[in-house]
Amino acid sequence: MRGDPGEREWAVEVDRLVKRYPKAPVDSVAGITFRVPPGEVFGFLGPNGAGKTTTIGVLTTRIKPTGGRANVAGVDVAGDPVGARRLLGVVPQQNNLDRSLSVRQNLLFHASYHGVPGPERKRRADKLLEQFGLADRPNGRPDDFSGGQIQRMMIARSLMHEPRVLFLDEPSTGLDPAARLFLWECVARLREEGTTVVITTHDMDEAATLSDRVAIIDHGTLLALDAPSTLVRGMAGERVLDCTVEPSPRADGAAMCAALGQLEPVDRVEPVEDPETPGWRFRISVQGEAAPLIGEVATVISTAGGRLTDVRLGEPTLEDLFIQLTGRSLR
Amino acid sequence: MTVPTDLETGSPPAVARPEARWGPWQTGAAILRRDLYVTGREFPLFLAQVILQPLFLLFVFGKVLTQLGYARPGYTAVLFPGLVALAAVLTGLQSTALPLVIEFSYSNEIEDRLLAPLPTGAVAIEKVVFSAMRGVVAAGVMFPIGVWLLGSIPWSSGAAAGVVVMTVLGALIGAAMGLVLGTYVAPNRINVTFALVLTPLLFTGSSQYPWPSLAHIRWFQVVCACNPMTYVSEGLRGLMSPGVPHIHLWICFVVAGASLVALCVIGMVGFLRRAVG
Repeated sequence: MRGDPGEREWAVEVDRLVKRYPKAPVDSVAGITFRVPPGEVFGFLGPNGAGKTTTIGVLTTRIKPTGGRANVAGVDVAGDPVGARRLLGVVPQQNNLDRSLSVRQNLLFHASYHGVPGPERKRRADKLLEQFGLADRPNGRPDDFSGGQIQRMMIARSLMHEPRVLFLDEPSTGLDPAARLFLWECVARLREEGTTVVITTHDMDEAATLSDRVAIIDHGTLLALDAPSTLVRGMAGERVLDCTVEPSPRADGAAMCAALGQLEPVDRVEPVEDPETPGWRFRISVQGEAAPLIGEVATVISTAGGRLTDVRLGEPTLEDLFIQLTGRSLR
Repeated sequence: MTVPTDLETGSPPAVARPEARWGPWQTGAAILRRDLYVTGREFPLFLAQVILQPLFLLFVFGKVLTQLGYARPGYTAVLFPGLVALAAVLTGLQSTALPLVIEFSYSNEIEDRLLAPLPTGAVAIEKVVFSAMRGVVAAGVMFPIGVWLLGSIPWSSGAAAGVVVMTVLGALIGAAMGLVLGTYVAPNRINVTFALVLTPLLFTGSSQYPWPSLAHIRWFQVVCACNPMTYVSEGLRGLMSPGVPHIHLWICFVVAGASLVALCVIGMVGFLRRAVG
């Protein structure tokens, strides 16, 4: 965290923000409060449907809040959306580039909407195209580029009017590893230059790597907010056994979970909902060393009608914290 | 791949940025410039797209049927003003409706405009203004085409100003209809809606017949009276072919103006509902 801005205003200030969509039974955002000082990279971590995108929607003036207050660079986004739009930049989840225009024209017209004068517009566009590795095909149409290149175009476009706060909504979804790395380097660079970045993600590594502070959000509520290292420090001394189990037809997941919990040094056993893993997944938190326990764990699982197919040892990560807070995997 | 270096993203503190004096009007104008630029680049294609239908209508009904003796020679005095109205209204409608549906649901292209520093409703107004410009151009090209196809077009001296105003009104009405369609119709229903809306609109807008002459098909006359295009057709007919029976000009202007306001209000409500969550 870069600290209290003092006399200067907060880059983002959210106070008891509530959003309930018409006809929805529950609030999408249920009264969250946080502040982001200028120059910080602030990560919003949560599963799909947690309320991240809705919060970003409110902050970027695209969604009207039901209650509470939200300011961006000192401007009330609900009260003065036009004023707020001058100061913020948005990189959305989905490609929304202008397909009728070339890459360079996308940048130029965006700047013209924001009143950047002609010569300055061209100067900024050429510079950003160069910096984002797009200078070799400035006249290509967005449809002819890869997902990673489109992502870069959208970031370059959002920087054309030099926003004070940049919102990146799930920026690395669908990117290949190289493109993702490039994106991370871009965000790091922006941070060095003092742009405030608010980034939503359901990727643990991304949140931990990029953010000065991370807010964990689920069901529209803020569950934890701190620097990634501080968040994990709360779980000091713990080790984690991440087990994948192939269940037999007669196996009972709850019973297996309970039996594992009976083992002496085990603190918690969290079943993880993980659609990407075939079979069942448990994360077993242990005080002290975890490796000696693997044999016993395998025996318990086998007795309960399953077969241990994969096990990984590790320190607690943001993912463990997340699972501890919500009982769910992020994926 | 190169890593971005030296991004100057901080704002210069001392000197007021030129953007600070930039108002919503300028942003609206910039968005309009973008639309004009894209249309201008494909102008011949745009023309082909908008004039083909009225061109064929004019050719078949105005020339072929007249020459074959199925229509009386004076029919062009009825038909031509009606087709000018048709071109204005339909082009206006088509320029708004389909692009809006696509931009809101598939391409999301509209987002960059909705995030520009101007009131959200102004984005809708720009769409209507731009589509109306296309409608006016489509109506305008009907005149040289009419002269070329028919040899002469109905005209009455002193009608020019009225014709211009009524054509602009017609194009705006069409664009506002498109705003309503484009914001209320679900994307997966747009095809069927277009089929269900366009054909009736085309044939109940009094563009191929004078409305007063429908007196002996009363029910159809009532139906046509509900189509705002009727007042544009009748108004243009009253201005260009005053000898043909027509609805009083003042009624045409008043009803067309009122329809425009009503459609804009309904369309704006729909637009804001789609644009702001």
